[in-house]
Amino acid sequence: MAEFSVIGERVPRVDAREKVTGEARYAADYSLPGMLWCKLLRSPYPHARVLNIDTSRAEKLNGVKAVCTGKDFGGWTWGWMSSTRDESPLAVDKVRYMAEAVAGVAATSEDIAEEACDLIKVDYEELPGVFEPEEAMKEGSPSVHDYVKNNISVEYHWDFGNVEKAFSESYIVREDRFRTSRATHGYVEPPATLAYYDPSGYITVWAAKQSPYFHYRHLSACFKLPLSRVRVIQPFIGGGFGGTKNDSLGGDFCSVLLSKITGRPVKYVESMEEELVTSRRRHSMIVYSKMGVNKDGILMAIHHRVIADGGGYTAIGPLSLYLAGFATTLPYRLPNFKYDAYRVFTNNPIGAAMRGHGVTHTRFAAEIQMEMIAEELGIDPVEIRMRNAIDNPEPGAVYETINKVLVKTCGIKEAIQRVADAPLWRDRNKVPNKDGDISWGVGLSGTSYLGGARQMGHQACAAIIRICEDGAVNLITGATDCGQGSDTVLCMIAAEELGVRLGAIDIKRVDTAYTPVDPGSYGSRVTILAGQATQKAARQAKKQLLEAAARNWQVTPEDVEIRHGRAFVLSDPEKSMPFDRLARIACYSGTGAVILGTGYSTYGIEPLDLVNGIGNGGTSYSYTAQSARVGVDMETGKIITTDFTIASDCGRLLSPLTAEGQIEGASIQGLGQTIYEDFIMDSGKTLNPTFLDYKMPLSMDVPAIKLIDVVTDDPDGPFGAKEASEGSIVSAPPAVVSAIHDATGVWFKELPVTPERVVQALKNRKNKGASAAP
Amino acid sequence: MRETEGSPIKQVRLTVNGKAYGLDVQPGKTLLELIREDLGLTGTKEGCGLGECGACTVIMDGKTVNSCLVLAAEADGKQITTIEGLADGDRLHPVQQAFIDHGGLQCGFCTPGMIMSAKALLDENQNPSDEEIRKGISGNLCRCTGYTKIIESIKAAAGNAGGR
Ligand code: FES
Ligand code: FES
Repeated sequence: MAEFSVIGERVPRVDAREKVTGEARYAADYSLPGMLWCKLLRSPYPHARVLNIDTSRAEKLNGVKAVCTGKDFGGWTWGWMSSTRDESPLAVDKVRYMAEAVAGVAATSEDIAEEACDLIKVDYEELPGVFEPEEAMKEGSPSVHDYVKNNISVEYHWDFGNVEKAFSESYIVREDRFRTSRATHGYVEPPATLAYYDPSGYITVWAAKQSPYFHYRHLSACFKLPLSRVRVIQPFIGGGFGGTKNDSLGGDFCSVLLSKITGRPVKYVESMEEELVTSRRRHSMIVYSKMGVNKDGILMAIHHRVIADGGGYTAIGPLSLYLAGFATTLPYRLPNFKYDAYRVFTNNPIGAAMRGHGVTHTRFAAEIQMEMIAEELGIDPVEIRMRNAIDNPEPGAVYETINKVLVKTCGIKEAIQRVADAPLWRDRNKVPNKDGDISWGVGLSGTSYLGGARQMGHQACAAIIRICEDGAVNLITGATDCGQGSDTVLCMIAAEELGVRLGAIDIKRVDTAYTPVDPGSYGSRVTILAGQATQKAARQAKKQLLEAAARNWQVTPEDVEIRHGRAFVLSDPEKSMPFDRLARIACYSGTGAVILGTGYSTYGIEPLDLVNGIGNGGTSYSYTAQSARVGVDMETGKIITTDFTIASDCGRLLSPLTAEGQIEGASIQGLGQTIYEDFIMDSGKTLNPTFLDYKMPLSMDVPAIKLIDVVTDDPDGPFGAKEASEGSIVSAPPAVVSAIHDATGVWFKELPVTPERVVQALKNRKNKGASAAP
Repeated sequence: MRETEGSPIKQVRLTVNGKAYGLDVQPGKTLLELIREDLGLTGTKEGCGLGECGACTVIMDGKTVNSCLVLAAEADGKQITTIEGLADGDRLHPVQQAFIDHGGLQCGFCTPGMIMSAKALLDENQNPSDEEIRKGISGNLCRCTGYTKIIESIKAAAGNAGGR
């Protein structure tokens, strides 16, 4: 194993000081002189034709400077793919979900802007709505978009091997229906932007975006300006987790347009209620899972039929559905696999990306179903997983799944074994499983996730290292740290490669005027792709420094090394100097002495094959095994979670403190969507649009978490790294649900497992006198 | 907060981070708005604006409050401490340092409020148990960390934090 000086150290985050002192500025913390406030008027109907909008009374209100409606965007629409550009900044002739924005106001204060919204008169013709995806896909259901038939927004039909034959040869075949919850990101920072349209034709925005370059393209296209005139400056981001902050929103476009009209900067901050009723949340997916195994419990085939609630627009839905399919062949050997998936338009808020994107739904279904089968066969949950788990390929070897996903490292077996050997699982029968009304249970899961997500089109990812004459180093990338710590990891990579202290590296946040174009924080891609780019840029800069040192000492560059902030001659270590001195010598050595290293990522360049589902969805794959212990109150149905043990194969941990935080945080987000979180919807209306009612885990709810590192050195990652965090949001739901089964004897196939569902299921079982699954 | 028409503007005197202020405020204005907009202290965050997330937590006369729920007028005559008032020049408060050293933050949006809650807890109880720490921050939502490292940070700060 190579020796590292920065990689693997428990260093604090590079932005920690600014954050603990309150100096870190987020989008809503920015303001400009003469700034106006934007507010949006939102639809009170989930599905209605917009007949007329009368803004005259709003315009007359004192303090109102401009009002805009959908027509002012000249018919411009956007979407994730060129064939799915179905969304306009403000609804034009129809609203397709409740609270879709229909008009925007700019006024001298937020209060006045809000008051003006109330003065806008919109004539709607209410249309029948459709809210359940399985209803929506039926012939004759109300049509959300006229351009598609039966509300099918996206569909895939993939077929690998021969599932029918495999099912007929299986010893047990099970068919079950699973459903995942209507969960959302739940970041504490609501979406916000400050926009200024300079009358000479330049846009500048400070926006809370985890993919600022998507926004840059949207603004360029919407306002018909060359990209060189669109500047998105990235503030600190208060959490992203995919979806909403990956995309542009009505308020973003309106702020820019209203700034263009008024000539003044315009600020838009969404209220948390607006965020919760409109967020581009995780899809709720119905998974019809059919699984066949032989009598030893070896997987023969899986057929998944998935129906996803897409809500009113397509957004990133084609990718969500792809991810829910392609990864089903991990982390267990699966010789036959069929996937029929439908994303269906409804009059609900938009279904989109969220941490654990796509994979969490189908992996939950497959994990639980495999356990149900193991129970039928009398095989231990650990044993059935170990029998099916993919082996770690020998170095240089590659395991190929039936859909041609290439696995170069796989720590799933080690992860499962180590979780099984850890006290939580090993000693589970040594503690009493009953304590008054509380019944205790322990469950286990073994899952996988992708890192370094591939894209449809643009994959560019670059880094620039600039050595300053005083030995300071600028690291410039287009990657966005939305709070999860990638800036720290990238700085560590740069420091390791250059041989300097971490403190010497200063990373710049995205400013599309200066930083290289990049897809942003997305599909666990930053550490892997921007990490590789940083590594290459640093090596190139270092080469120039070594050459300067070699000239100075009259030796060959190969004979010079830089470590711990000092340059020295390998064959004569007496000859040495501090890094800052070398930097000065190198930077002053002539007119061409600009020490700039550039590098770009070469991973992930194959485009995704959405239509056939063949090939890699990521650059590499992480593996996670998890156990969980819960107590279920058999009277009230309330669940408490006391312990998690999580073993993660993240390749090599570059920044342990950061990675641990990711794994812990994501597992708690996963716990939330398993037992607490769900939007309660009534005909398109969100009945719980506050943090009080959309209940996320608080400090009193969380278990003690024990982490186990499974180290694999992946060839396709900087220093062998893979993703960390999306793995544990996928592993938590099946581990917790299997623990609930252990405690209650009931298999829950619908998330979240709320106290009401528990009570109902226990009641059903009593009535039937047999195991009932709701 | 909507302005009530014709309602009188009120003079509010308060001390924020040791500095005395006298401000004219509209009746509907919250303490959070006063801190962020009038004083320009943007370290205190607005998450929900409804008292449900704790991002706006400040210390008022020794007790934590959700500043989005307190009217500016109610803060008349009060002593307020915000995140900007914790460090002593370049020297961070032990709770701030502990959050840095133990990874008690990620995106940082909940962090100012979380640190204020932690400070208030440690001011009252220099050696809190795990359970007491969890209770002390139970009004502060954090979506990034899963709380584990926040609890560890506060535990590490305990004992170090006394007397500041
Ligand atoms: S902003 Fe005050 S509690 Fe959420
Ligand atoms: S660190 Fe992001 S919400 Fe707590």
